Amino acid sequence: MTTTTAPAADAVAPRHHTPVRRPSLLRLSTVELRKLVDTRAGRWLLITIGLITAVIVTLQLVYADDAAQTFVNFFTPSLLPIGVLLPVLGILSITSEWSQRTALTTYALVPRRERVVVAKLIAVSLTALASVLASLAVAAVGTLLASALGGAGTWQIDGSLVLNAVIFQVTGVLMGAAFGLLLLNPPLAIVGYLLLPTLWGVLGEMVKPLRGPSEWLDTSKTMEPLFGGDALTGEQWGRIAVSLLVWMVLPLAAGLVRTLRREVS
Amino acid sequence: MITVENLTKRYGPHPAVDDVSFQCEPGTVTGFLGPNGAGKSTTMRMICGLTTPTAGRATVSGHPYQELPNPGREVGVLLDASAQHAGRTGREALTLSAYTMGLDRREVAAKLDLVGLNAVAAKRRVRAYSLGMRQRLGLAHALLGDPRVLILDEPANGLDPEGIFWMRGLLRDFADRGGTVLLSSHLLREVEAVADRLVVIGGGRIVAQGDKNELLSGGGTVVRARDGAALRRALDAANLTAADSSEGLLVQADAEAVGQAAADAGVALAELRPASGGGLEQLFLTLTAGESTKEAVR
Repeated sequence: MTTTTAPAADAVAPRHHTPVRRPSLLRLSTVELRKLVDTRAGRWLLITIGLITAVIVTLQLVYADDAAQTFVNFFTPSLLPIGVLLPVLGILSITSEWSQRTALTTYALVPRRERVVVAKLIAVSLTALASVLASLAVAAVGTLLASALGGAGTWQIDGSLVLNAVIFQVTGVLMGAAFGLLLLNPPLAIVGYLLLPTLWGVLGEMVKPLRGPSEWLDTSKTMEPLFGGDALTGEQWGRIAVSLLVWMVLPLAAGLVRTLRREVS
Repeated sequence: MITVENLTKRYGPHPAVDDVSFQCEPGTVTGFLGPNGAGKSTTMRMICGLTTPTAGRATVSGHPYQELPNPGREVGVLLDASAQHAGRTGREALTLSAYTMGLDRREVAAKLDLVGLNAVAAKRRVRAYSLGMRQRLGLAHALLGDPRVLILDEPANGLDPEGIFWMRGLLRDFADRGGTVLLSSHLLREVEAVADRLVVIGGGRIVAQGDKNELLSGGGTVVRARDGAALRRALDAANLTAADSSEGLLVQADAEAVGQAAADAGVALAELRPASGGGLEQLFLTLTAGESTKEAVR
Protein backbone atom coordinates (compact mmCIF):
# COMPACT_ATOMS: atom_id res chain seq x y z
CA MET A 1 0.00 0.00 0.00
CA THR A 2 1.44 3.37 -1.02
CA THR A 3 -1.46 5.68 -0.23
CA THR A 4 -0.02 7.39 2.82
CA THR A 5 -0.11 10.77 1.12
CA ALA A 6 -3.68 10.38 -0.17
CA PRO A 7 -6.20 12.98 1.01
CA ALA A 8 -7.82 12.19 4.34
CA ALA A 9 -11.27 11.65 2.85
CA ASP A 10 -10.02 8.57 1.01
CA ALA A 11 -9.21 6.96 4.29
CA VAL A 12 -12.88 6.41 5.08
CA ALA A 13 -13.77 4.84 1.76
CA PRO A 14 -14.83 1.22 2.21
CA ARG A 15 -12.34 -1.04 0.49
CA HIS A 16 -12.79 -4.44 -0.91
CA HIS A 17 -10.05 -6.58 0.51
CA THR A 18 -8.45 -9.58 -1.00
CA PRO A 19 -9.49 -12.57 1.10
CA VAL A 20 -8.34 -11.81 4.62
CA ARG A 21 -6.75 -14.46 6.78
CA ARG A 22 -7.66 -14.90 10.39
CA PRO A 23 -4.97 -13.82 12.84
CA SER A 24 -2.61 -16.68 13.72
CA LEU A 25 -2.22 -17.95 17.27
CA LEU A 26 1.35 -16.62 17.20
CA ARG A 27 0.02 -13.14 16.39
CA LEU A 28 -2.62 -13.32 19.11
CA SER A 29 -0.05 -14.52 21.67
CA THR A 30 2.23 -11.61 20.76
CA VAL A 31 -0.69 -9.21 21.30
CA GLU A 32 -1.38 -10.78 24.71
CA LEU A 33 2.31 -10.53 25.69
CA ARG A 34 2.22 -6.87 24.75
CA LYS A 35 -0.91 -6.34 26.84
CA LEU A 36 1.00 -7.68 29.88
CA VAL A 37 3.53 -4.86 29.68
CA ASP A 38 1.70 -1.90 28.12
CA THR A 39 -0.09 -0.81 31.28
CA ARG A 40 1.45 0.52 34.47
CA ALA A 41 -0.03 -2.29 36.58
CA GLY A 42 1.42 -5.04 34.40
CA ARG A 43 4.78 -3.37 34.00
CA TRP A 44 5.19 -2.83 37.76
CA LEU A 45 4.22 -6.38 38.51
CA LEU A 46 7.02 -7.59 36.23
CA ILE A 47 9.49 -5.03 37.62
CA THR A 48 8.58 -6.13 41.17
CA ILE A 49 9.29 -9.73 40.23
CA GLY A 50 12.71 -8.71 38.93
CA LEU A 51 13.46 -6.59 42.01
CA ILE A 52 12.51 -9.38 44.43
CA THR A 53 14.96 -11.72 42.71
CA ALA A 54 17.72 -9.14 42.98
CA VAL A 55 16.94 -8.39 46.65
CA ILE A 56 16.98 -12.06 47.60
CA VAL A 57 20.39 -12.59 45.97
CA THR A 58 21.74 -9.48 47.69
CA LEU A 59 20.52 -10.71 51.08
CA GLN A 60 22.18 -14.06 50.43
CA LEU A 61 25.44 -12.33 49.55
CA VAL A 62 25.37 -10.32 52.76
CA TYR A 63 24.03 -12.81 55.30
CA ALA A 64 24.53 -16.37 54.05
CA ASP A 65 27.60 -18.40 55.07
CA ASP A 66 30.37 -18.35 52.52
CA ALA A 67 29.98 -22.09 51.93
CA ALA A 68 26.25 -21.66 51.22
CA GLN A 69 26.84 -19.04 48.49
CA THR A 70 26.33 -21.45 45.60
CA PHE A 71 24.45 -21.10 42.34
CA VAL A 72 21.67 -23.42 43.56
CA ASN A 73 21.27 -21.48 46.78
CA PHE A 74 20.94 -18.22 44.88
CA PHE A 75 18.49 -19.75 42.43
CA THR A 76 16.03 -21.71 44.58
CA PRO A 77 14.92 -19.06 47.13
CA SER A 78 13.93 -16.63 44.38
CA LEU A 79 11.38 -19.10 43.01
CA LEU A 80 8.87 -18.90 45.85
CA PRO A 81 8.10 -15.15 45.97
CA ILE A 82 7.96 -15.08 42.19
CA GLY A 83 5.70 -18.11 42.37
CA VAL A 84 3.26 -16.02 44.42
CA LEU A 85 3.29 -13.03 42.06
CA LEU A 86 3.16 -14.85 38.72
CA PRO A 87 -0.34 -16.27 39.30
CA VAL A 88 -1.51 -12.71 39.99
CA LEU A 89 -0.21 -11.81 36.53
CA GLY A 90 -2.14 -14.78 35.13
CA ILE A 91 -5.30 -13.64 36.92
CA LEU A 92 -4.98 -10.02 35.75
CA SER A 93 -4.28 -11.04 32.15
CA ILE A 94 -7.65 -12.78 32.02
CA THR A 95 -9.81 -10.65 34.31
CA SER A 96 -8.71 -7.16 33.26
CA GLU A 97 -10.50 -7.72 29.94
CA TRP A 98 -13.72 -7.78 31.94
CA SER A 99 -12.93 -5.21 34.62
CA GLN A 100 -11.62 -2.70 32.05
CA ARG A 101 -14.33 -3.78 29.57
CA THR A 102 -11.79 -4.29 26.79
CA ALA A 103 -13.47 -7.67 26.20
CA LEU A 104 -15.90 -5.72 24.02
CA THR A 105 -13.06 -4.83 21.64
CA THR A 106 -11.05 -8.02 22.00
CA TYR A 107 -13.91 -10.39 21.27
CA ALA A 108 -15.33 -8.20 18.50
CA LEU A 109 -11.98 -8.54 16.72
CA VAL A 110 -11.58 -12.23 17.55
CA PRO A 111 -15.06 -13.71 17.96
CA ARG A 112 -13.62 -17.20 18.46
CA ARG A 113 -13.02 -16.48 22.14
CA GLU A 114 -11.23 -19.77 22.83
CA ARG A 115 -8.39 -18.58 20.58
CA VAL A 116 -7.92 -15.46 22.71
CA VAL A 117 -7.93 -17.58 25.86
CA VAL A 118 -5.34 -19.99 24.45
CA ALA A 119 -3.20 -17.01 23.35
CA LYS A 120 -3.39 -15.63 26.89
CA LEU A 121 -2.37 -18.98 28.39
CA ILE A 122 0.60 -19.12 25.99
CA ALA A 123 1.58 -15.54 26.85
CA VAL A 124 1.54 -16.06 30.63
CA SER A 125 3.34 -19.42 30.31
CA LEU A 126 6.10 -17.72 28.30
CA THR A 127 6.31 -15.08 31.01
CA ALA A 128 6.72 -17.84 33.63
CA LEU A 129 9.51 -19.38 31.52
CA ALA A 130 11.16 -15.98 31.25
CA SER A 131 10.96 -15.59 35.04
CA VAL A 132 12.96 -18.81 35.47
CA LEU A 133 15.54 -17.46 33.03
CA ALA A 134 15.63 -14.25 35.05
CA SER A 135 16.12 -16.25 38.27
CA LEU A 136 18.97 -18.14 36.59
CA ALA A 137 20.58 -14.93 35.33
CA VAL A 138 20.39 -13.17 38.69
CA ALA A 139 21.68 -16.31 40.42
CA ALA A 140 24.61 -16.32 37.98
CA VAL A 141 25.44 -12.71 38.84
CA GLY A 142 25.19 -13.61 42.52
CA THR A 143 27.54 -16.57 42.07
CA LEU A 144 30.08 -14.44 40.22
CA LEU A 145 29.97 -11.82 42.97
CA ALA A 146 30.20 -14.54 45.62
CA SER A 147 33.37 -16.03 44.14
CA ALA A 148 34.85 -12.52 43.88
CA LEU A 149 33.94 -11.77 47.51
CA GLY A 150 35.26 -15.03 48.93
CA GLY A 151 32.04 -17.11 48.92
CA ALA A 152 31.86 -20.68 47.63
CA GLY A 153 30.67 -19.63 44.18
CA THR A 154 29.97 -23.22 43.17
CA TRP A 155 28.27 -23.45 39.77
CA GLN A 156 27.03 -27.01 39.98
CA ILE A 157 23.29 -27.39 39.35
CA ASP A 158 21.14 -30.39 38.54
CA GLY A 159 19.28 -30.04 35.24
CA SER A 160 16.17 -31.51 36.86
CA LEU A 161 16.06 -28.63 39.36
CA VAL A 162 15.71 -26.15 36.49
CA LEU A 163 13.04 -28.33 34.91
CA ASN A 164 11.19 -28.55 38.24
CA ALA A 165 11.39 -24.77 38.59
CA VAL A 166 9.82 -24.40 35.15
CA ILE A 167 7.03 -26.83 36.09
CA PHE A 168 6.43 -24.96 39.35
CA GLN A 169 6.22 -21.50 37.76
CA VAL A 170 4.27 -22.47 34.63
CA THR A 171 1.66 -24.48 36.54
CA GLY A 172 1.43 -21.65 39.07
CA VAL A 173 0.68 -19.00 36.47
CA LEU A 174 -1.78 -21.33 34.75
CA MET A 175 -3.56 -21.98 38.05
CA GLY A 176 -3.91 -18.21 38.43
CA ALA A 177 -5.25 -17.90 34.89
CA ALA A 178 -7.70 -20.74 35.59
CA PHE A 179 -9.05 -18.93 38.66
CA GLY A 180 -9.31 -15.77 36.58
CA LEU A 181 -11.24 -17.57 33.85
CA LEU A 182 -13.58 -19.13 36.35
CA LEU A 183 -14.31 -16.03 38.45
CA LEU A 184 -13.80 -13.29 35.80
CA ASN A 185 -13.32 -10.65 38.47
CA PRO A 186 -9.85 -9.51 39.61
CA PRO A 187 -10.29 -9.09 43.41
CA LEU A 188 -12.43 -12.20 43.68
CA ALA A 189 -9.98 -14.30 41.66
CA ILE A 190 -6.89 -13.06 43.53
CA VAL A 191 -8.44 -13.58 46.96
CA GLY A 192 -9.85 -16.92 45.86
CA TYR A 193 -6.53 -18.05 44.46
CA LEU A 194 -4.54 -17.06 47.54
CA LEU A 195 -7.11 -18.11 50.11
CA LEU A 196 -8.62 -21.39 48.94
CA PRO A 197 -5.43 -23.52 48.81
CA THR A 198 -4.30 -22.05 52.16
CA LEU A 199 -7.69 -22.73 53.71
CA TRP A 200 -7.51 -26.24 52.34
CA GLY A 201 -4.03 -26.66 53.82
CA VAL A 202 -5.21 -25.48 57.26
CA LEU A 203 -8.27 -27.75 57.13
CA GLY A 204 -6.05 -30.65 56.09
CA GLU A 205 -3.97 -30.10 59.22
CA MET A 206 -6.91 -29.68 61.59
CA VAL A 207 -9.40 -32.24 60.39
CA LYS A 208 -7.98 -35.73 60.64
CA PRO A 209 -10.08 -37.45 57.93
CA LEU A 210 -8.92 -34.75 55.47
CA ARG A 211 -5.23 -35.38 56.13
CA GLY A 212 -5.06 -38.28 53.66
CA PRO A 213 -6.76 -36.47 50.76
CA SER A 214 -4.79 -33.28 51.41
CA GLU A 215 -1.56 -35.21 50.69
CA TRP A 216 -2.95 -35.50 47.16
CA LEU A 217 -4.87 -32.26 46.81
CA ASP A 218 -2.85 -29.54 48.54
CA THR A 219 -0.56 -28.10 45.86
CA SER A 220 1.82 -26.59 48.43
CA LYS A 221 2.37 -30.12 49.77
CA THR A 222 2.46 -31.99 46.46
CA MET A 223 4.88 -29.47 44.92
CA GLU A 224 7.27 -29.49 47.90
CA PRO A 225 9.38 -32.44 46.66
CA LEU A 226 10.18 -30.49 43.47
CA PHE A 227 12.84 -28.62 45.45
CA GLY A 228 13.85 -31.43 47.80
CA GLY A 229 16.98 -32.21 45.82
CA ASP A 230 16.05 -35.86 45.20
CA ALA A 231 14.50 -37.29 42.05
CA LEU A 232 10.71 -37.57 42.41
CA THR A 233 9.07 -40.97 42.75
CA GLY A 234 6.16 -42.05 40.56
CA GLU A 235 3.76 -41.53 43.45
CA GLN A 236 5.04 -38.00 44.05
CA TRP A 237 4.46 -37.15 40.37
CA GLY A 238 1.02 -38.74 40.71
CA ARG A 239 0.20 -36.45 43.65
CA ILE A 240 1.32 -33.41 41.68
CA ALA A 241 -0.84 -34.52 38.75
CA VAL A 242 -3.91 -35.08 40.91
CA SER A 243 -3.57 -31.75 42.72
CA LEU A 244 -3.09 -29.94 39.40
CA LEU A 245 -6.11 -31.68 37.96
CA VAL A 246 -8.22 -30.24 40.76
CA TRP A 247 -6.71 -26.75 41.02
CA MET A 248 -5.67 -26.12 37.41
CA VAL A 249 -7.34 -28.36 34.82
CA LEU A 250 -10.86 -28.34 36.24
CA PRO A 251 -11.04 -24.56 36.79
CA LEU A 252 -9.50 -24.04 33.33
CA ALA A 253 -12.15 -26.21 31.70
CA ALA A 254 -15.07 -24.74 33.65
CA GLY A 255 -13.69 -21.21 33.21
CA LEU A 256 -13.32 -21.67 29.45
CA VAL A 257 -16.95 -22.75 29.18
CA ARG A 258 -18.02 -19.76 31.26
CA THR A 259 -15.95 -17.32 29.17
CA LEU A 260 -17.29 -18.69 25.89
CA ARG A 261 -20.88 -18.36 27.02
CA ARG A 262 -20.73 -15.09 28.85
CA GLU A 263 -22.45 -12.07 27.38
CA VAL A 264 -19.93 -9.32 26.59
CA SER A 265 -21.24 -5.87 27.43
CA MET B 1 -24.69 -5.43 4.13
CA ILE B 2 -26.26 -6.39 7.44
CA THR B 3 -29.18 -8.81 7.64
CA VAL B 4 -31.10 -9.34 10.86
CA GLU B 5 -33.72 -12.09 10.91
CA ASN B 6 -36.16 -12.57 13.77
CA LEU B 7 -33.58 -11.78 16.44
CA THR B 8 -34.91 -12.39 19.93
CA LYS B 9 -33.21 -12.15 23.31
CA ARG B 10 -34.91 -13.07 26.55
CA TYR B 11 -33.58 -12.47 30.03
CA GLY B 12 -35.80 -14.74 32.07
CA PRO B 13 -39.38 -14.21 30.90
CA HIS B 14 -38.70 -10.63 29.86
CA PRO B 15 -37.87 -10.19 26.16
CA ALA B 16 -35.25 -7.45 25.71
CA VAL B 17 -35.40 -7.89 21.95
CA ASP B 18 -38.47 -9.45 20.40
CA ASP B 19 -38.51 -10.80 16.85
CA VAL B 20 -36.50 -7.99 15.23
CA SER B 21 -35.82 -8.15 11.48
CA PHE B 22 -34.29 -5.54 9.18
CA GLN B 23 -31.67 -5.07 6.50
CA CYS B 24 -28.97 -2.49 5.91
CA GLU B 25 -27.95 -2.16 2.27
CA PRO B 26 -24.57 -1.02 0.95
CA GLY B 27 -24.57 2.69 0.15
CA THR B 28 -27.02 3.60 2.88
CA VAL B 29 -27.00 4.90 6.41
CA THR B 30 -29.59 3.20 8.58
CA GLY B 31 -30.66 5.07 11.67
CA PHE B 32 -31.55 2.74 14.54
CA LEU B 33 -33.82 4.74 16.78
CA GLY B 34 -35.43 4.09 20.08
CA PRO B 35 -35.68 5.33 23.64
CA ASN B 36 -33.11 4.14 26.18
CA GLY B 37 -33.68 0.52 27.12
CA ALA B 38 -35.56 -0.24 23.91
CA GLY B 39 -33.13 -3.00 22.90
CA LYS B 40 -30.84 -1.15 20.46
CA SER B 41 -27.58 -2.10 22.13
CA THR B 42 -28.64 -5.70 22.74
CA THR B 43 -29.55 -6.03 19.06
CA MET B 44 -26.18 -4.60 18.02
CA ARG B 45 -24.29 -6.89 20.40
CA MET B 46 -26.15 -9.88 18.93
CA ILE B 47 -25.15 -8.80 15.41
CA CYS B 48 -21.52 -8.71 16.57
CA GLY B 49 -21.60 -12.12 18.23
CA LEU B 50 -21.06 -10.69 21.72
CA THR B 51 -24.47 -11.75 22.98
CA THR B 52 -26.00 -15.08 22.02
CA PRO B 53 -29.54 -14.63 20.68
CA THR B 54 -32.34 -16.70 22.17
CA ALA B 55 -33.71 -17.09 18.64
CA GLY B 56 -33.11 -15.75 15.16
CA ARG B 57 -29.89 -14.90 13.38
CA ALA B 58 -27.87 -12.04 11.98
CA THR B 59 -25.29 -11.90 9.21
CA VAL B 60 -22.74 -9.31 8.17
CA SER B 61 -21.72 -9.37 4.50
CA GLY B 62 -23.51 -12.70 4.22
CA HIS B 63 -21.77 -14.48 7.11
CA PRO B 64 -22.58 -14.90 10.77
CA TYR B 65 -20.19 -12.59 12.62
CA GLN B 66 -18.37 -15.47 14.35
CA GLU B 67 -17.49 -16.95 10.97
CA LEU B 68 -15.81 -13.82 9.62
CA PRO B 69 -12.11 -14.78 9.47
CA ASN B 70 -10.84 -11.32 10.39
CA PRO B 71 -13.94 -9.30 11.40
CA GLY B 72 -12.12 -5.99 11.87
CA ARG B 73 -11.32 -5.88 8.14
CA GLU B 74 -14.97 -6.34 7.21
CA VAL B 75 -16.91 -4.48 9.86
CA GLY B 76 -15.94 -1.61 12.13
CA VAL B 77 -17.64 -1.79 15.51
CA LEU B 78 -18.07 0.93 18.14
CA LEU B 79 -20.42 -0.28 20.86
CA ASP B 80 -19.14 1.65 23.87
CA ALA B 81 -16.51 4.36 23.71
CA SER B 82 -15.72 3.93 27.42
CA ALA B 83 -14.78 0.27 26.97
CA GLN B 84 -11.06 0.93 26.71
CA HIS B 85 -8.34 0.12 29.22
CA ALA B 86 -7.97 3.32 31.25
CA GLY B 87 -4.24 2.73 31.65
CA ARG B 88 -3.38 2.45 27.96
CA THR B 89 -2.65 5.39 25.72
CA GLY B 90 -4.95 6.05 22.79
CA ARG B 91 -2.21 5.11 20.37
CA GLU B 92 -1.49 1.86 22.23
CA ALA B 93 -5.17 0.83 22.16
CA LEU B 94 -5.19 1.23 18.37
CA THR B 95 -1.78 -0.41 17.94
CA LEU B 96 -2.94 -3.58 19.71
CA SER B 97 -5.95 -3.86 17.42
CA ALA B 98 -3.95 -2.99 14.30
CA TYR B 99 -1.51 -5.78 15.11
CA THR B 100 -4.35 -8.23 15.81
CA MET B 101 -5.82 -7.47 12.39
CA GLY B 102 -2.44 -7.64 10.69
CA LEU B 103 -2.43 -3.99 9.60
CA ASP B 104 0.45 -1.73 8.83
CA ARG B 105 1.40 0.48 11.80
CA ARG B 106 0.96 3.56 9.64
CA GLU B 107 -2.80 2.93 9.70
CA VAL B 108 -2.82 3.87 13.40
CA ALA B 109 -1.35 7.31 12.75
CA ALA B 110 -3.58 7.80 9.70
CA LYS B 111 -6.78 7.02 11.61
CA LEU B 112 -5.78 9.09 14.66
CA ASP B 113 -5.20 11.95 12.26
CA LEU B 114 -8.51 11.35 10.53
CA VAL B 115 -10.55 11.63 13.73
CA GLY B 116 -8.63 14.66 14.91
CA LEU B 117 -6.66 13.19 17.82
CA ASN B 118 -3.28 14.88 17.64
CA ALA B 119 0.08 13.46 18.75
CA VAL B 120 -0.26 14.88 22.27
CA ALA B 121 -3.72 13.35 22.76
CA ALA B 122 -2.59 10.02 21.30
CA LYS B 123 0.16 9.75 23.92
CA ARG B 124 -2.16 10.37 26.84
CA ARG B 125 -3.79 7.55 28.75
CA VAL B 126 -7.45 6.94 27.95
CA ARG B 127 -8.22 7.65 31.65
CA ALA B 128 -7.57 11.34 30.91
CA TYR B 129 -9.81 11.46 27.82
CA SER B 130 -13.10 13.32 27.73
CA LEU B 131 -16.12 11.41 26.46
CA GLY B 132 -15.82 13.25 23.15
CA MET B 133 -12.20 12.15 22.78
CA ARG B 134 -13.16 8.58 23.63
CA GLN B 135 -15.81 8.66 20.91
CA ARG B 136 -13.22 9.90 18.43
CA LEU B 137 -10.83 7.15 19.51
CA GLY B 138 -13.65 4.60 19.19
CA LEU B 139 -14.43 5.85 15.70
CA ALA B 140 -10.75 5.64 14.73
CA HIS B 141 -10.82 2.10 16.08
CA ALA B 142 -13.89 1.20 14.03
CA LEU B 143 -12.34 2.64 10.86
CA LEU B 144 -8.92 1.08 11.52
CA GLY B 145 -9.30 -1.99 9.32
CA ASP B 146 -10.87 -0.06 6.41
CA PRO B 147 -14.11 -2.02 6.77
CA ARG B 148 -17.08 -2.02 4.40
CA VAL B 149 -19.62 -2.01 7.21
CA LEU B 150 -19.86 0.22 10.28
CA ILE B 151 -21.89 -0.60 13.39
CA LEU B 152 -21.95 2.36 15.76
CA ASP B 153 -23.89 2.57 19.02
CA GLU B 154 -24.62 6.17 20.03
CA PRO B 155 -21.43 7.51 18.44
CA ALA B 156 -22.47 11.15 18.79
CA ASN B 157 -22.70 10.95 22.60
CA GLY B 158 -20.32 13.45 24.12
CA LEU B 159 -19.31 15.04 20.82
CA ASP B 160 -19.62 18.80 20.53
CA PRO B 161 -21.84 20.25 17.74
CA GLU B 162 -18.81 20.69 15.51
CA GLY B 163 -17.84 17.06 16.16
CA ILE B 164 -21.34 15.82 15.38
CA PHE B 165 -21.34 17.78 12.11
CA TRP B 166 -17.95 16.33 11.23
CA MET B 167 -19.08 12.79 12.01
CA ARG B 168 -22.21 13.12 9.88
CA GLY B 169 -20.04 14.16 6.94
CA LEU B 170 -17.74 11.23 7.52
CA LEU B 171 -20.57 8.67 7.67
CA ARG B 172 -22.40 10.18 4.69
CA ASP B 173 -19.20 10.04 2.67
CA PHE B 174 -18.54 6.47 3.76
CA ALA B 175 -22.02 5.38 2.64
CA ASP B 176 -21.85 7.33 -0.61
CA ARG B 177 -18.73 5.35 -1.48
CA GLY B 178 -20.64 2.10 -1.09
CA GLY B 179 -20.27 1.44 2.62
CA THR B 180 -23.02 0.18 4.91
CA VAL B 181 -23.70 2.09 8.13
CA LEU B 182 -25.91 1.10 11.06
CA LEU B 183 -26.08 3.96 13.53
CA SER B 184 -28.08 3.99 16.73
CA SER B 185 -29.30 6.96 18.68
CA HIS B 186 -31.99 7.99 21.11
CA LEU B 187 -31.81 11.54 19.73
CA LEU B 188 -33.82 12.02 16.58
CA ARG B 189 -32.07 15.12 15.24
CA GLU B 190 -28.76 13.30 15.13
CA VAL B 191 -30.09 10.61 12.83
CA GLU B 192 -32.54 12.69 10.79
CA ALA B 193 -29.70 14.63 9.18
CA VAL B 194 -27.68 11.66 7.99
CA ALA B 195 -29.84 8.54 7.67
CA ASP B 196 -31.46 7.22 4.48
CA ARG B 197 -33.47 4.60 6.25
CA LEU B 198 -34.90 4.38 9.72
CA VAL B 199 -35.57 1.46 11.99
CA VAL B 200 -37.51 2.48 15.08
CA ILE B 201 -37.59 0.14 18.05
CA GLY B 202 -39.56 0.37 21.27
CA GLY B 203 -39.89 -2.16 24.06
CA GLY B 204 -37.78 -4.65 22.10
CA ARG B 205 -40.04 -4.65 19.03
CA ILE B 206 -39.71 -2.83 15.75
CA VAL B 207 -42.48 -0.26 15.57
CA ALA B 208 -41.62 1.31 12.22
CA GLN B 209 -39.05 0.96 9.50
CA GLY B 210 -38.53 2.19 5.99
CA ASP B 211 -37.21 5.01 3.87
CA LYS B 212 -36.73 8.16 5.93
CA ASN B 213 -38.64 10.39 3.50
CA GLU B 214 -41.53 7.94 3.23
CA LEU B 215 -41.81 7.71 6.98
CA LEU B 216 -41.73 11.48 7.24
CA SER B 217 -44.15 12.27 4.43
CA GLY B 218 -46.97 10.89 6.58
CA GLY B 219 -47.00 14.33 8.15
CA GLY B 220 -48.43 16.02 5.04
CA THR B 221 -47.40 19.28 3.38
CA VAL B 222 -47.37 22.83 4.70
CA VAL B 223 -48.39 25.44 2.14
CA ARG B 224 -48.82 29.20 2.40
CA ALA B 225 -49.86 31.90 -0.03
CA ARG B 226 -50.44 35.63 0.35
CA ASP B 227 -53.99 35.08 -0.90
CA GLY B 228 -55.07 32.41 1.56
CA ALA B 229 -58.66 32.25 0.36
CA ALA B 230 -57.61 31.65 -3.26
CA LEU B 231 -55.26 28.91 -2.15
CA ARG B 232 -58.02 27.18 -0.23
CA ARG B 233 -60.33 27.34 -3.26
CA ALA B 234 -57.55 25.88 -5.41
CA LEU B 235 -57.02 23.00 -2.99
CA ASP B 236 -60.76 22.35 -2.75
CA ALA B 237 -60.92 22.28 -6.54
CA ALA B 238 -58.19 19.62 -6.56
CA ASN B 239 -60.01 17.60 -3.89
CA LEU B 240 -57.22 18.05 -1.36
CA THR B 241 -58.19 18.34 2.29
CA ALA B 242 -56.54 21.27 4.02
CA ALA B 243 -56.53 22.28 7.65
CA ASP B 244 -55.43 25.54 9.23
CA SER B 245 -52.24 25.40 11.24
CA SER B 246 -50.03 28.01 12.83
CA GLU B 247 -47.59 27.79 9.93
CA GLY B 248 -50.13 27.90 7.09
CA LEU B 249 -52.38 25.27 5.57
CA LEU B 250 -51.57 21.64 6.40
CA VAL B 251 -52.50 19.44 3.43
CA GLN B 252 -52.69 15.65 3.50
CA ALA B 253 -50.85 15.22 0.18
CA ASP B 254 -47.29 15.43 -1.09
CA ALA B 255 -45.73 18.72 -2.10
CA GLU B 256 -45.94 17.95 -5.81
CA ALA B 257 -49.75 17.55 -5.80
CA VAL B 258 -50.19 20.70 -3.74
CA GLY B 259 -47.90 22.73 -6.00
CA GLN B 260 -49.70 21.50 -9.10
CA ALA B 261 -53.10 22.42 -7.65
CA ALA B 262 -51.87 25.94 -6.87
CA ALA B 263 -50.31 26.36 -10.31
CA ASP B 264 -53.51 25.18 -12.03
CA ALA B 265 -55.45 27.87 -10.18
CA GLY B 266 -52.77 30.49 -10.78
CA VAL B 267 -52.08 31.05 -7.08
CA ALA B 268 -48.60 32.34 -6.18
CA LEU B 269 -47.14 30.40 -3.25
CA ALA B 270 -45.09 31.91 -0.47
CA GLU B 271 -44.06 28.57 1.04
CA LEU B 272 -44.32 24.89 0.16
CA ARG B 273 -42.60 22.17 2.19
CA PRO B 274 -43.16 18.80 3.84
CA ALA B 275 -44.60 19.23 7.29
CA SER B 276 -41.35 18.31 8.94
CA GLY B 277 -40.30 20.47 11.83
CA GLY B 278 -41.21 18.01 14.52
CA GLY B 279 -42.22 15.42 11.94
CA LEU B 280 -39.80 12.72 12.87
CA GLU B 281 -40.07 13.69 16.49
CA GLN B 282 -43.82 13.28 16.33
CA LEU B 283 -43.42 9.93 14.63
CA PHE B 284 -40.85 8.86 17.17
CA LEU B 285 -42.94 9.93 20.12
CA THR B 286 -46.17 8.40 18.93
CA LEU B 287 -44.46 5.18 17.92
CA THR B 288 -42.52 4.68 21.10
CA ALA B 289 -44.44 6.49 23.80
CA GLY B 290 -46.78 3.61 24.60
CA GLU B 291 -43.98 1.10 24.51
CA SER B 292 -41.65 3.02 26.75
CA THR B 293 -44.39 3.68 29.27
CA LYS B 294 -45.02 -0.04 29.37
CA GLU B 295 -41.28 -0.47 29.86
CA ALA B 296 -41.23 1.92 32.78
CA VAL B 297 -44.21 0.28 34.46
CA ARG B 298 -42.78 -3.21 34.11
